[in-house]
Amino acid sequence: MVEMTGAQALIETLRRQKVEVIFGIPGGALIPIHDILRDSDIRHILVRHEQCAAHAADGYARASGRPGVCMATSGPGATNLVTGIANAYLDSSPVIALTGQVNTFSPNSSYMIGRDSFQEADTVGITIPITKHNYQVKEASEIPKTVKMAFHIATTGRPGPVLIDIPKNVQTESSEMEFPDDIEIRGYKPKTEPHPLQVKRAVELLLEAERPMVLAGGGVIISNASPELLALAEFLMMPVATTLMGKGCFPENHPLSMGDVGMHGTRVANKLILEADVLLAVGTRFSDRTVGNLDQFCPDAKIIHIDIDTAEIGKNVEVDIPIVADAKETLSVIYQLLVYQLKQKEKSPWFDRVQKLKEQLQDRIDLGGCDLNPPLLLSELGKILPDNTIVTTEVGQNQMWAALYLKRRKPRTFISSGGLGTMGFGFPAAIGAKVACPNCSVVDIAGDGSFIMTEQELGCSVMEKIPVTVVVMNNSMLGMVAQWQRLFYDRRYSAVELGNVPDFVKLAEAYGAEGVRVGSLKEFLKAIKEALKSEVTTVIDVPISPEENVFPMVPAGKGLKDVITG
Amino acid sequence: MTEEQSHIISAIVEHKPGVLYSVANMFRRRGFNIESISVGPTEQSDLARMTMTVKGDERTIEQVIKQLNKLIDVIKVSRLNPASIVARELALIKVHALDTKARSDVINYADIFRARVVDVSSESLMVEITGDSDKIDAFLGLMKPFGVKEVARTGITALSRGAKSVKIEE
Ligand SMILES: Cc1ncc(C[n+]2csc(CCOP(=O)(O)OP(=O)(O)O)c2C)c(N)n1
Repeated sequence: MVEMTGAQALIETLRRQKVEVIFGIPGGALIPIHDILRDSDIRHILVRHEQCAAHAADGYARASGRPGVCMATSGPGATNLVTGIANAYLDSSPVIALTGQVNTFSPNSSYMIGRDSFQEADTVGITIPITKHNYQVKEASEIPKTVKMAFHIATTGRPGPVLIDIPKNVQTESSEMEFPDDIEIRGYKPKTEPHPLQVKRAVELLLEAERPMVLAGGGVIISNASPELLALAEFLMMPVATTLMGKGCFPENHPLSMGDVGMHGTRVANKLILEADVLLAVGTRFSDRTVGNLDQFCPDAKIIHIDIDTAEIGKNVEVDIPIVADAKETLSVIYQLLVYQLKQKEKSPWFDRVQKLKEQLQDRIDLGGCDLNPPLLLSELGKILPDNTIVTTEVGQNQMWAALYLKRRKPRTFISSGGLGTMGFGFPAAIGAKVACPNCSVVDIAGDGSFIMTEQELGCSVMEKIPVTVVVMNNSMLGMVAQWQRLFYDRRYSAVELGNVPDFVKLAEAYGAEGVRVGSLKEFLKAIKEALKSEVTTVIDVPISPEENVFPMVPAGKGLKDVITG
Repeated sequence: MTEEQSHIISAIVEHKPGVLYSVANMFRRRGFNIESISVGPTEQSDLARMTMTVKGDERTIEQVIKQLNKLIDVIKVSRLNPASIVARELALIKVHALDTKARSDVINYADIFRARVVDVSSESLMVEITGDSDKIDAFLGLMKPFGVKEVARTGITALSRGAKSVKIEE
């Protein structure tokens, strides 16, 4: 036992959790913590808006698999975190959010919880529905245990954000501190091993299957199950389609890779899923963007659903064989049982059909005379980026073009806001990813509208020397909304023209970053190569036509067969 | 089974501030239909029991149970089978009773239902009744003609019969 203040205990516990960085912005209710942080070996990265602290922590977590930490002061600092926390929640990302809070008790002042004090907001109440769990610490001595529980909850089972709200007097109060090695949370016992009987049934079904197919979601990446998935898919010669969150978990240059399923899935993936007789769904929650019209989703398939979260079983889609367990463990057991029972599958008629359809339904890139055509730019970009380059995206057309055309071969190299669809996510997430993986290049594929939402982090990236590359697909439009208005609202544009987008080259330069505008594919690829080598963040402005649509597309509410291709 | 029925769910939760809020919030957020919820301490001082009556089809009730289980402060959830539980609700009912005839009628009905008169004023009687919800509904029906001034019902609380228990090892 050692005597220390709450703030000291917090930093000591974070150090013991091997935290190396905190993304944050200080404030009145955090000063005691920043005071201790100043002398600690944990790096504090000063972002320019708290939303970006949460996104950066999220990007850090997704790129590395380690929890990301963000911190904000009470009241507006905490409420600014909210979008970032909700984003991490929907995409199951282990983010620890620390927030300052007004005092639990003040002898001669009304600066106290419940009195509507200066910068008081009910952070715990606000974040209950968007966190895996949250805490308010009432005594300094509870800090070590609470922080340890928060990390345990955030990183195990189905990961997710956990918030710890720390009143200012708890930060300054001294107490005898005990740093527990083990903690016990009686309401939380995630299980990871699959049930043997369910595994047996799954294996039997896979052995009988004539047209098996895999749908791989973000859970495959979270559980580091890519090698097991690859082995199993190759053994059974099964085509693999991914969700947006699963992109990268299976090498997209592999003959069995079919690309993404769903609203902006590839034509071949959306077609095959309708033909499959067994669907092995791993680490996916069958979101509406993936499934489309529920009644028309893989009508002929029996579904095996592997997910670590019991509540995902049967939530959106009824399944035949549920397996509540870790994806990696389960795929590995299934593989071993199959190997034991079967020699490697011969190339079946199904495999031939898959290859034929893949060839036939290739989404050909229409050059339309214009060099700066997003599908072309992104597929060429995919060819020159090293395997370990991390791509983040914003939200909108840019995101869907990247998902469709920018091929990735490794897990954790495609980071996108899948669940919440948060414009402005990509750039701060890129900063977080770069901090987590300093030896990898990081490229944010952006739309002008999204980039404008968090562009101020150019200040952070330059000052903190975190160089990333931002590719702005500049159509002076809120492009995806414009696309819906073109297709489904008779071209009646409403509130989608951005008009005066800033000159992104000058904007970058104003922050001390580099800016370059390109006029052709050749210039684009050259700019990319230079940016990847640059010591400072580069913004590449790519003027594109405001009339471009992302195809293929399955209109909202339609079945996956109702693809429109322009 | 896809009909909407009422189901009783019993949960052992951490006995600390905010737990009721997070449970209620989960029901609201996911659009589950909660008919009643009652909370109280258990034989262990750091645990509370929540008894919830929820309306929904089979699939919905399964989701409710899974989502409850997902909450970290919820330790154990079980669905009580109506055939093997004791479920009780308590109601306090204030009834108009100006004349002696009305008064003796109310008292007679209360006797039949094994309810008790717990407060008397010049214009009204207050009756306390416990039982399952049907019994309370029936009694309330009988009180209607007299004029029901106020009702307070606790919502259902329940335990399963026999030696089996929804309990946490210490
Ligand atoms: C924070 C936020 N606000 C609004 C939306 C709704 N929305 C979805 S896509 C989109 C347009 C995105 O425009 P831009 O970033 O320029 O990308 P583009 O579609 O043109 O590639 C909008 C407004 C959103 N997803 N996120």
